[in-house]
Amino acid sequence: MPSLILEMKNITKRFPGVKALDNVNLQVEEGEIHALVGENGAGKSTLMKVLSGIYPYGSYEGRIIYQGEECKFNEINDSEKKGIVIIHQELALVPYMTIGENMFLGNEQGAKYRIDWEETYRKADQLLNTVGLRESSKTLVKDIGVGKQQLVEIAKALAKNVKLLILDEPTASLNEAESKKLLDLLLQFKKEGLTSIIISHKLNEISYVADKITIIRDGSTIETLDKSKDDISEERIINGMVGRKMTDRFPKRENVTIGEVSLEVRDWTVYHPLYAERKVVDHVSLRVHKGEVVGIAGLMGAGRTELALSIFGKNYGLNISGKLFINGDEVKLNNARQAIEKGIAYISEDRKENGLILSNPIRVNTTLAKMGKVSNRNIIDTNAEIMAANSFVEKLQTKCTSIEQEVGNLSGGNQQKVLISKWMFADPEIMILDEPTRGIDVGAKYEIYCIINQLVAEGKSILLISSELPELIGMCDRIYIMNEGRMVGEVSREEATQEVIMGQILKTSKGA
Amino acid sequence: MIRAKEILKKNTMLIALLVITILFAILTGGTLLVPRNVTNLIAQNGYVVVLAVGMLMCILTGGNIDLSVGSIVALVGALAGTLIVNHGMNIWLAMIICLAVGILIGVWQGFWIAYIRIPAFIVTLAGMLLWRGVALIILGGLTISPFPENYLGLFNSYIPDFFGGEINITSLVIGFLICVIYIILQFVSRMNNSRKGYTLESPISLAIKTGLVCIAVLALSYSLSKHEGIPAILILLAVVVLVYAYFTKKTVPGRYLYAVGGNEKAAKLSGINTNKVLFFAYVNMAFLSALAALMCIARFNSAAPTAGQNYEMDAIGSCYIGGASAYGGVGTVAGVVIGAIFMGVLNNGMSIMGIDANVQKAVKGLVLLAAVAFDVLSKKRGKTA
Repeated sequence: MPSLILEMKNITKRFPGVKALDNVNLQVEEGEIHALVGENGAGKSTLMKVLSGIYPYGSYEGRIIYQGEECKFNEINDSEKKGIVIIHQELALVPYMTIGENMFLGNEQGAKYRIDWEETYRKADQLLNTVGLRESSKTLVKDIGVGKQQLVEIAKALAKNVKLLILDEPTASLNEAESKKLLDLLLQFKKEGLTSIIISHKLNEISYVADKITIIRDGSTIETLDKSKDDISEERIINGMVGRKMTDRFPKRENVTIGEVSLEVRDWTVYHPLYAERKVVDHVSLRVHKGEVVGIAGLMGAGRTELALSIFGKNYGLNISGKLFINGDEVKLNNARQAIEKGIAYISEDRKENGLILSNPIRVNTTLAKMGKVSNRNIIDTNAEIMAANSFVEKLQTKCTSIEQEVGNLSGGNQQKVLISKWMFADPEIMILDEPTRGIDVGAKYEIYCIINQLVAEGKSILLISSELPELIGMCDRIYIMNEGRMVGEVSREEATQEVIMGQILKTSKGA
Repeated sequence: MIRAKEILKKNTMLIALLVITILFAILTGGTLLVPRNVTNLIAQNGYVVVLAVGMLMCILTGGNIDLSVGSIVALVGALAGTLIVNHGMNIWLAMIICLAVGILIGVWQGFWIAYIRIPAFIVTLAGMLLWRGVALIILGGLTISPFPENYLGLFNSYIPDFFGGEINITSLVIGFLICVIYIILQFVSRMNNSRKGYTLESPISLAIKTGLVCIAVLALSYSLSKHEGIPAILILLAVVVLVYAYFTKKTVPGRYLYAVGGNEKAAKLSGINTNKVLFFAYVNMAFLSALAALMCIARFNSAAPTAGQNYEMDAIGSCYIGGASAYGGVGTVAGVVIGAIFMGVLNNGMSIMGIDANVQKAVKGLVLLAAVAFDVLSKKRGKTA
């Protein structure tokens, strides 16, 4: 039997009023890929923070045994010295530094007061080669995409002589092709003896790479499944995570009649805001009916978000041309305010960056997009506002202490619910949802799907942008396929399979 | 117990203000709180409150500060001096011109900040040099004084006493009336809310809050009544504070200030014209600087080229002591007023004690850091431990 590289015994971590971890046990064998799954707030990230020393020894109970000896880490540096490296969900790279500088940040080559840049870039290029990233290490990090940045993070970890690599949601912002590449890289490193712990919500990826899966629920370990012995199908994992049988990941939509066309886009072309000769959206046309959920599939960088933002009051791009019809009438929307007034809502993909005001309470966030509804001649009716916020918290079952809680203190799924509340409050007829379930757990996803169903049942139109094909296939009546700025296909619910959609994308890619 | 803790945490600065007031009252042998000095405190710090309220609007929009306010005070003061003293212009007309010039200066700075998107720090640093220079040019390096009696009387007078006698009964009556009106307003809004079925504040906390406000108002009016009565400047301050407190708390444009500071991209996608919000904040700041200038020349009875030096720092300090976030999106007018009074008590207390002016500066720097550090630490502890 292979030896254990890591054993975490009876870890308990308390925050005021909450037990975030309750007697958690985790055993990781040398040279395996161990997946950690659980709903948001189950305690996965907390456990990894305990392991890496972000929560120092003494702030938790229990023991950590790593490579046969007990560890008492006081800070990240202590764990990194031992070869434990954690890559966080939010990438920690400095945009205006080169890849090389980033990789050796805090681990500079040469003497402390005389950095050896030759050596830095030589080593950096070598490591980039190892992770299969064809970029010069002198490129600025801001100039490469998220997928490549993730590879840089891994190369950075390798530069620290990593023995145990922890990845927190590494593929959350990657498309399918990039994710596949990353996972294959992990498998390759496994062959070379690297041990990894991967936290992910994407169960298909977990079944693809993981040797063992530990399920955490409500701060406790539920079980550890072994690929060689146990059933590790997605349904099996979901059952463990939510503690109940989830027969269907997508709720059924019943008795929704699809009506007239509510949104139509014709020949929509958008140019890049900085490189004015680059077409980001190229003669795109689409239609959405009342009561219909229409998906847009595509790889990252296909131009989906840019299309949505440019429709939503020209919030992206230059020289926008094309026609826009709402309920058959041509409209011109020059800013977000006009778009909102015409009944369009855009629920942005990055809720922290573009969607919510984290330092403000739920109440303020809920009403922001249509203050007119809770004010009279610009004077806010505080009570009406409180009632509105409360009713949405109740309707969407947002978990919070009160509507005065700061949104920044909510979990991802609940933040997403606040964001959706905000746009439901604006009474739109057409809602564009951009990656509405990114980084949130299975249970919360299901609730968001239910909300979508409820909205179309009320006769609203939904345009759903998602990088998760099963989600599009499970939820949409129709799916447009977008690639490199163009619409390259359209499939109905019946014809939609992952193979068909990916096939369309790959077939039309110029690069491939 | 948890609730008591929460109340403490929410009102740390108020408690700190009480502590420092009591401390200086003891250290100065009670001089700090004698009626004459209370009146003095108001006159001394009026301009800080006005500037700090304006600065809050700027800080709310994203932690931006306005460095030019001291120079605008000097420039508008110089203009007022020239118009009123040298040209003998009607004081009302002169004041309107001065406020209009303030707005124009704000339009100039706001344009560069909001529409050209030059960082506020740089635009207002340029303004700090520019307006000081213009003030010096207008004054030719000289000080203009004295101002006519009718102008001084406008700012430095007191509400006349209609009753006569040892103490100023008018001011007591006004204090009492304010309390009665406050209580009635609270009562009416509660009745309204209960009729509409809104959730009500617990009666005990409402009673405590109302009680504290009334005690503070009565104590102040009693103290003032033992001197000359309610100073005119206090009325001006009350109007400024109430208007802006209402604006930030109860109006849609006020809400937008917080939204832009909290997350500008999200605000833009929520249909808010973020440029307009930024523009407003700086126009408003310059307008309030002009108002402060009018107050300052009356208080000093002169328009000097060095007027207003470091005023921006007093205003910024009051905001941060009063709990505004250096990143924007968080802060209240009430907090800022507490911060301004805090700074005022500190200055005044140390002056009465006869502490050397240089030492005073050093102490103020340390207290500013300590106050904000205390606030940050207490909030941090609340989050993680």
